[in-house]
Amino acid sequence: MGLREIELRVNDRRVRETVEPRLLLSDFLRHTLGLTGTHVGCEHGVCGACTVRLDGDSVRSCLLLAVQADGSAVETVEGLARGRELHPLQRAFHEEHALQCGFCTPGILMAAADLLERDGTPSRETIVDMLSGHLCRCTGYEPIVEAIAKVANR
Amino acid sequence: MKPAPFAYERPETIEEALAVLAVHGDEAKVLAGGQSLVPMLNMRLLRPSVVVDVNRVPGLDGLRADNGEIRVGALVRQAAFGGSRLVRERLPLAASCVPYVGHFVTRNRGTVGGSIAHADVSAELPLALLVQGGSAVVASTRGRREIPAEELFLTHFTTALAPDELLVETVWPASEPETRTAWVELAQRRGDYALAMVACTLRVEGGLVAEARIGLGSVVDRPSLVPEAAEALVRRGVDAAPEAAVLAARSVEPYDNLHASARYQRHLVRVLVERAVRQAWA
Repeated sequence: MGLREIELRVNDRRVRETVEPRLLLSDFLRHTLGLTGTHVGCEHGVCGACTVRLDGDSVRSCLLLAVQADGSAVETVEGLARGRELHPLQRAFHEEHALQCGFCTPGILMAAADLLERDGTPSRETIVDMLSGHLCRCTGYEPIVEAIAKVANR
Repeated sequence: MKPAPFAYERPETIEEALAVLAVHGDEAKVLAGGQSLVPMLNMRLLRPSVVVDVNRVPGLDGLRADNGEIRVGALVRQAAFGGSRLVRERLPLAASCVPYVGHFVTRNRGTVGGSIAHADVSAELPLALLVQGGSAVVASTRGRREIPAEELFLTHFTTALAPDELLVETVWPASEPETRTAWVELAQRRGDYALAMVACTLRVEGGLVAEARIGLGSVVDRPSLVPEAAEALVRRGVDAAPEAAVLAARSVEPYDNLHASARYQRHLVRVLVERAVRQAWA
C-alpha cells in the first residue's frame, strides 16, 4: 500500500530508498541496505538484539518503521569502529571475552554506547539494569558487565 | 512476524491528525512511541487499515509546571519524563515508577501519553496517574475534554477515549513537598510485566498519617485505588500498615493466570501493600 520515498543518513552515508510503510527499520537495514550486523531475534522488542541508534538515542529497530526514520541519522554496529580501529567498547568486549556466539553483541554495544555517552561513569547497578533489556544466552552476563565497566572507568 | 499492510499517515499538525482520526475512527491506530503498538502489529494481533504516526506533530512534547499542576505532552518520552528535574521534584511517585517501565532502550522511544492511552493493566504510568489524581486531555474535531484518571481506565487495553479522539496531554497535580511515596512491584524478571504492583503516597503531620493513597496494578483488569486501605492509615502511624494490607488484599478479585494463581496474587497484594506503606513511611 502506498510506497514512500525516504531519505536518511545511515552510519554517515546518505541513503535514499523507496519502502513499503510496513517495512520495519530492522529489515530495511538488513535487507535493503545489506547491513546484517543488526541482528533480529524476537521481533517484538524483548531481546534487544536489533538495537541501533536513532539521532543518538538507542532504540529497538524492530519496533520502528523504516518510514519513521525519514530525515534522521541512524547508527548501526557497522558504524562503531573508525576504519580498522575498534570502538573502546568493542575492544573491551574482545579483552573481557564478553561474547561467545555474538548474536546479542551488536545490540548491547549500541545500547552501552548510548548509556556511556549519557552517564560517563555508570554504577554496576546501572549497567546491570540496562542489560536487563538484552538477552544473552552464552555469557551469563558477567563478562559483559566487566567490559562496559572497564570502558566506564577509563 | 511482519505487520500486515496498512496506509501510513504522518500528519504535521494536530488538526490534520484529528481530521484523519475523524475519517477513519476505529480503523485507525495512533502510533506514538510504538513500544506496544508495533509488537502487536508484528504479531498481527492488530491489523489497522491506517496507522497515524503522530511523532511529527508539533506541540505534543512539552513538559511544564502550570498552577500547581505538571502538564505533560503526549509525546514526552518516558526517559525524558523520568529524567526531568521538574518530575523528580514535583511528582516523586511518577519519577519512582519510571525505572520499572520497560527497559533503558524502550524508554528512549516509549511515550507517557502512549502508555496511558494503551491502558495495559501491568503498565506503571496509568497507575501513577491514577494515584496522583491526574487526568488526560483528549481532542477530536468535535472539541477537547479532560477525563479524570478515575474515569479513564475502563478495563484491559480499554479507555474512555472515543475512536476519533487523540490523547494530547496528561495533567498531574504536583505533590506537596512533604509527601512521602513508595513504588513496589514484583516481576519474574527485571523489566518484565509485574505480577503485582503497589503505589503509595502518604502525607504525615505530627507523626500521624494525615492523608494516604494506595493504588494497585496488574492484579485486576485496570489500575485501581483502594480507599478503604488508605483510610485505615489516617490518624495512625506505620503500625496500621498490616491492617491496610489485609483490607487491600480483601478488596481484590484477581483471576488465575499462567504465572500466578488468584490466591497468590491476593497474597502478593497484602505483602506489597505492607511493604509500600512501610517504605513510604520510612
